[in-house]
Amino acid sequence: MDPFRFRTKLDQTLLLGRRATNTTQLLEGIRSVPEPSIYYHTHRFLQAHHFLTPEPPNDFAYWVTNVLNDAILGEKLSSIDIVQFQSIFDLRNRLAEIIETHIKSANKTPDSPPGEEFHFMASRIFIMETPYLANDASEFREILKRVTINSLYYHIFDAKLRLAGGENDFSRWFRSLSKPALADELTRLDPYTHTLEGLRKRLIVLIAKHDKN
Amino acid sequence: MTRIEEYASIIGRATLDELFLLAKHLEGKTIQNINSTAVGGGVAEILSRMIPLMKQLGVDVKWDVIKGNEKFFMITKKLHNGLHGVPVEISDEELEFFLTINRENAEQLTFSDIVFVHDPQPVALVEKRTSVGGHWLWRCHIDFSKPDARIWKFLKGFVKVYDTAVFSAPAFARNLPIAQVLISPSIDPLSEKNKELPIEVINSVFDRFGIDRSRPVVTQISRFDYLKDPAGVIKAYKIVKRYIDLQLVLAGGGATDDPEGSVVLEQVKNEAEKDKDIFVLLLPAASDIEINALQRGSAVILQKSLKEGFGLTVAEALWKAKPVIASAVGGIPLQIAHKYGGILTHSIEGTAHWIKQLIHEPEYAQRLGVNGREHIRNNFLISRQIRDNLLLFISLFFSGDVVHLK
Repeated sequence: MDPFRFRTKLDQTLLLGRRATNTTQLLEGIRSVPEPSIYYHTHRFLQAHHFLTPEPPNDFAYWVTNVLNDAILGEKLSSIDIVQFQSIFDLRNRLAEIIETHIKSANKTPDSPPGEEFHFMASRIFIMETPYLANDASEFREILKRVTINSLYYHIFDAKLRLAGGENDFSRWFRSLSKPALADELTRLDPYTHTLEGLRKRLIVLIAKHDKN
Repeated sequence: MTRIEEYASIIGRATLDELFLLAKHLEGKTIQNINSTAVGGGVAEILSRMIPLMKQLGVDVKWDVIKGNEKFFMITKKLHNGLHGVPVEISDEELEFFLTINRENAEQLTFSDIVFVHDPQPVALVEKRTSVGGHWLWRCHIDFSKPDARIWKFLKGFVKVYDTAVFSAPAFARNLPIAQVLISPSIDPLSEKNKELPIEVINSVFDRFGIDRSRPVVTQISRFDYLKDPAGVIKAYKIVKRYIDLQLVLAGGGATDDPEGSVVLEQVKNEAEKDKDIFVLLLPAASDIEINALQRGSAVILQKSLKEGFGLTVAEALWKAKPVIASAVGGIPLQIAHKYGGILTHSIEGTAHWIKQLIHEPEYAQRLGVNGREHIRNNFLISRQIRDNLLLFISLFFSGDVVHLK
């Protein structure tokens, strides 16, 4: 069994120079921007506002709700169950499908006020090794208390969807430690409905519970 | 000089350690900032604070200033205004003079591995790239949402020779053949304007200006400029005054070289003379402690701008955990998630409505302020801008969306 090396990541935000003023243009953008842009707009809020109650969802839902004042479409977009998606390709298709259906049923697609357009962006991630190395669950838990939320974010969110790992890094490591029950429980967590600090606490409690068994 | 270690108590030890980890990846590289002024103005201010901190992280970074005469800076002022969207008359002879001064400076400077050029004044130094090589970055600090077409066409010819263009807000992105990166400006939590203040200092500032701390105070900090809409702020205050016995503070720098600004200040002063609860404070340049205290002692902070570059006064107020009501313009929506970390409004009436709400519901107002402070801690402190700059420099040596730094 290899020890667990905690990594961290930092994001560089890229401006794509593309904007949308209504849902039709939003749909066109969602269909054609590169995958890191879809990932960015469905995950940025989690990282930028990680201390909030886990309410603000993805950028698309936030913009549609608060700028276009379209509560119905906003709710549909915010309730997309991102944890169920194994690829950004599928996530993009689902977003596009919801907006397309909504446009067909809507009487009109209002424009955003000037200055409040949706700007498509993306991110490049830079992954670095931290000095933290865990040999067992107990060490893992102690380190988890200290790492940055960037590190937590990398192992839980980026590893699964952006890097297409299938499951998060923590589950995979505990599976290799012959702790399948803990690994399964970590996989079943919906990280999108926690704040990052809330998620950190929840992970620590779960690991402690299984470490005693 | 501020020590980088002092930020550990604000951003956390682990986050500071990430900056040290990142800086290691620039070992052996030299970085050169170039702008047009050593003192005064936002760019000089941020460079003078950031460069010593980056050196403490182990980065080999320096700062050079180009030389120019009065005529050159008259021309660059026109370029600056043109990028802001103000119609300007600029002759071919003036553009040629601009190039001549840039070329003279390029001959005198020695260039580093990474050349980080700030704003339009030194933009044409990049002509030298073909002979000196290296990586070149252009950082635009100014509002760029509606640039004058002719001036942008002229500057674009130079910008597209750089590796990357860096903008402060998403709306400033252009159709360019080079990479464009977002790096928002930041505030320094340890500066005079933002550091913690003892309650006695806050009280003494309010006493000096004759403001009553037992009644709610609503404050807007900004220069007296039509675009900051002080007249709109007074109208919103008057709507609220029918229901709540509040006071209004409008405080900011002078507008002595700006005839339009003087007219605005005169109008605001006339309004204030009719109401003893409106305080118009024309503050001298070195008034950081006063601004800090006014923000900390207020119940609600406004930033009711009609147009805004980034609007860092919002970050300053949020950092003090104050509930902020601000217009959804420029970079302000990046700083405020509506109803989570502040309030975004679009009208005088909307602003008045939310002033009432926040004064009547102090617990909700406090929650907005606390959330706002955390948002600033994570996204708009100088440590984050340093991180973004380090990433920018490192990114020059890698391709792809996912980079593993060994």
